[in-house]
Amino acid sequence: MPDPIKKNARKKNVSYAKWGYIFLLPFFITYIIFSFIPLVTTIYNSFFENYMSGLKQIGPNFIGLDNYKAILGSDLLKFTQNTLILWIIGFVPQIIISLLLAVWFTSTRLRLKYTGFFKTIIYMPNLIMAASFAMLFFALFSDSGPINNLLISMGILGKPFRFLASIWGTRGLVGFMNFMMWFGNTTILLMAAIMGVDTALFEAAEIDGAKSLQVFTKITIPTIKPILVYVLITSMIGGIQMFDVPQILTNGRGTPDRTSMTLIMFLNNHLFSKNYGMGGALSVLLFIITAILSLLVFKSITTKSDKDGR
Amino acid sequence: MKDGKRSRMMLRLQRGICYLVLSLLVFLCLFFFYVMVINATRSHANIQKGFSFIPGKSFVNNLKHVLGNKNLPVLSGIGNSFLVSSCSAALTTYFSAMTAYAIHAYEFKLKKVAFLFIMMVMMIPQQVTTLGFISLLGKMKLMDSLIPLIVPSIAAPVVFYFMKSYMESSLPLELMDAARIDGSGEYHTFNRIVLPIMKPAMAVQAIFAFVNSWNNYFVPALVIKSANKKTLPILIAQLRSADFLKFDMGQVYMLVAIAIVPVIIVYLFLSKFIIRGVAVGAVKG
Repeated sequence: MPDPIKKNARKKNVSYAKWGYIFLLPFFITYIIFSFIPLVTTIYNSFFENYMSGLKQIGPNFIGLDNYKAILGSDLLKFTQNTLILWIIGFVPQIIISLLLAVWFTSTRLRLKYTGFFKTIIYMPNLIMAASFAMLFFALFSDSGPINNLLISMGILGKPFRFLASIWGTRGLVGFMNFMMWFGNTTILLMAAIMGVDTALFEAAEIDGAKSLQVFTKITIPTIKPILVYVLITSMIGGIQMFDVPQILTNGRGTPDRTSMTLIMFLNNHLFSKNYGMGGALSVLLFIITAILSLLVFKSITTKSDKDGR
Repeated sequence: MKDGKRSRMMLRLQRGICYLVLSLLVFLCLFFFYVMVINATRSHANIQKGFSFIPGKSFVNNLKHVLGNKNLPVLSGIGNSFLVSSCSAALTTYFSAMTAYAIHAYEFKLKKVAFLFIMMVMMIPQQVTTLGFISLLGKMKLMDSLIPLIVPSIAAPVVFYFMKSYMESSLPLELMDAARIDGSGEYHTFNRIVLPIMKPAMAVQAIFAFVNSWNNYFVPALVIKSANKKTLPILIAQLRSADFLKFDMGQVYMLVAIAIVPVIIVYLFLSKFIIRGVAVGAVKG
């Protein structure tokens, strides 16, 4: 490499600016090609009629907002509802258990042992391939699978329970898997937040004779509220993207009767059948929802920083 | 005196409850994977007979059958998954560190704009741009290729953010000045001085990037068509859509285990770093 020392030494600081741009180049070139242009073409496609009818290509013809009208008139509401329900089934137990564990792990009064071991185990499911996890649950909870066998041999069930033929059985399994995959992660986030709280605050409360429940509701919750909001909204954004687990568990059909069909599964169907107009409109709607949620995340982070005086 | 005794009893009781709940959760986390490992060692006929906590003797048989399965290219699947994941991990960590270094160490006109842009696009889900991504690949003749699963990982806003946070706490700018006085070129400084300091952060992010890519299903399923280019998640999905009742359950559990166990083993060795990485991300977020 030709060494530009001489030039640099003369101009000092100023001449280094170009290196900022050079080092940014790979990121921006890649981002623009593989994410930004696709985003623009996705939006562009949403205003065109463009799909395959049998082997015949229809369009692309400009049709304005007709795709949006069509998609809002389809089962979108039902799938939104499904996605929300599946997310809630996973999120409610997740936040409760995570809060509880985070408080226990950080409690100077309880001083629990083996926390490293517990953290290691509960975080593990987060790294597991969601597709294979769903396949595993499909095999385990099938009509003649190990779980039914176990429950029958223990005398809890008389005959196999058909988890995947029941609406709440399927939804329950999806929610349960999401819970398992994320409660360890949330626990660690909340622990970090609690450990960031000034310990003097807890000590003062203890000296004043506050009960643990009082400490929890009056000190812990209010001080980690920004992180709770952050967890809530990022989890919602993750919930909107829910795909792998229900897709594999129900073989992409959202059975029974499409009650476990999520928004991204719906999008995936349009992408697979190459209906780019409808797929585009759906993508744009999802983009707008996540953009709004992301703004809320941004706000929750910045208000936290303001309070800290950073 | 009495009060002290009672509160000590209460404490012991509370601890007992804590350990009970924790043990239950640990059981929950391990049970399903335990059944998976056990069933991967049992023959189809044995599995059909019912539940068992004891391993069978068909481990080698199941492995042989699933690797030799003509309808499922498992061996090439493992190879493809490994190739895509390790390349993605390498590209993501290297170029995210470079991007972060640009913002951290240099002063230039568009610095603020560039940073704001990356922060703004951080939350955009990949799925909403997938339609455009697929049609772009069609035009670039990159459909049914592993390249579009690897190259885009150069631009990873979340990893960038993590790297930048790490630099703020552990990369003093004086170091760059010292390197310049020693006559080190900027690119050389980045590779020889900055990267070694970034090693801990890069290791954590490389693991996350590898696992994310290893587990990725949505985009690869839309891009890859030919059997010999399929990655493991696609094969799992293919297994799910095959006629389940006709399938050898020993092979099913074995394939799922092949997809899961390598990640678990790596995780168990590095869990301390990984969990610390998660926590650091939390404090910064």
